[in-house]
Amino acid sequence: MVYLTRKAEFAASHYYHNPDFTPEENQRIFGKCNNPNGHGHNYMLEVTVKGEVDPRSGFVVDLKQLKEVLQREVLDAMDHRFLNKEVPEFAKQIPTTENLAIAIWQRLASKMKSAQLHRVRVYETPDLFVDFYGEA
Amino acid sequence: MKAHLTRRYRFSASHRLHSDEMSPQENAETYGKCNNPYGHGHNYALQVTVSGPVDERTGMVCNLVDLDGFVNREIVERFDLQNLNTLLEFAQAVPTTENLCIAIYDVLNRGFTQAHLEKVRLEETMMNSFEYAGSREVRH
Repeated sequence: MVYLTRKAEFAASHYYHNPDFTPEENQRIFGKCNNPNGHGHNYMLEVTVKGEVDPRSGFVVDLKQLKEVLQREVLDAMDHRFLNKEVPEFAKQIPTTENLAIAIWQRLASKMKSAQLHRVRVYETPDLFVDFYGEA
Repeated sequence: MKAHLTRRYRFSASHRLHSDEMSPQENAETYGKCNNPYGHGHNYALQVTVSGPVDERTGMVCNLVDLDGFVNREIVERFDLQNLNTLLEFAQAVPTTENLCIAIYDVLNRGFTQAHLEKVRLEETMMNSFEYAGSREVRH
């Protein structure tokens, strides 16, 4: 089994707000992240896939295909977007780094051909990241 | 949905690697330059990984304010700009980064209750790092 990781970067804005909470609760729980006009990050995405090396190609996965899937499923949808308003998953869910990692996993999992998705890692800043392994 | 959240912190401290159970010659052979009696320092980078179900109401594994508050109070303030050899944790143990990593894990494991402690990773320099997950294997 060989593990392969591909990185991609995107910039997006978001804010944290739960309409079921009172304004005071939203402010207490989410702090500055509750500003309705949003704020932004340069997100760094690391997608790790795993699989056996194909004896003919020497590949675990065709990197060109993986790059195209990342471009179509993640970057085209999220790069330079306001996540709350422009990405359907976040119409109801709060676009925390946790939920972003889960959403990206769900977008990618069914698109993998030869290899299996192992881990989605999303850095919100160099000092904060979330890993999702597809666990319920 | 279960997610793992990792946060990075920094602190600087000095230490001297020396074991009272070894002869001066053994200490010098084992620890080399790190045995210099006056000590030396590092800029440590600490990564704390916690895991748990993502709360549907907040979208979070745990509130970062709680994690930051705990780590800054119990770990960064305790170790930052200190000589590790003078601290209680290292009265009996050599303050290697292995032992520091375990000491930090134990503080978090005992005191931080808002999420499950997954692992602690400690970088002593950009060239070497240590990871500890208690009795479990470290997951990558």
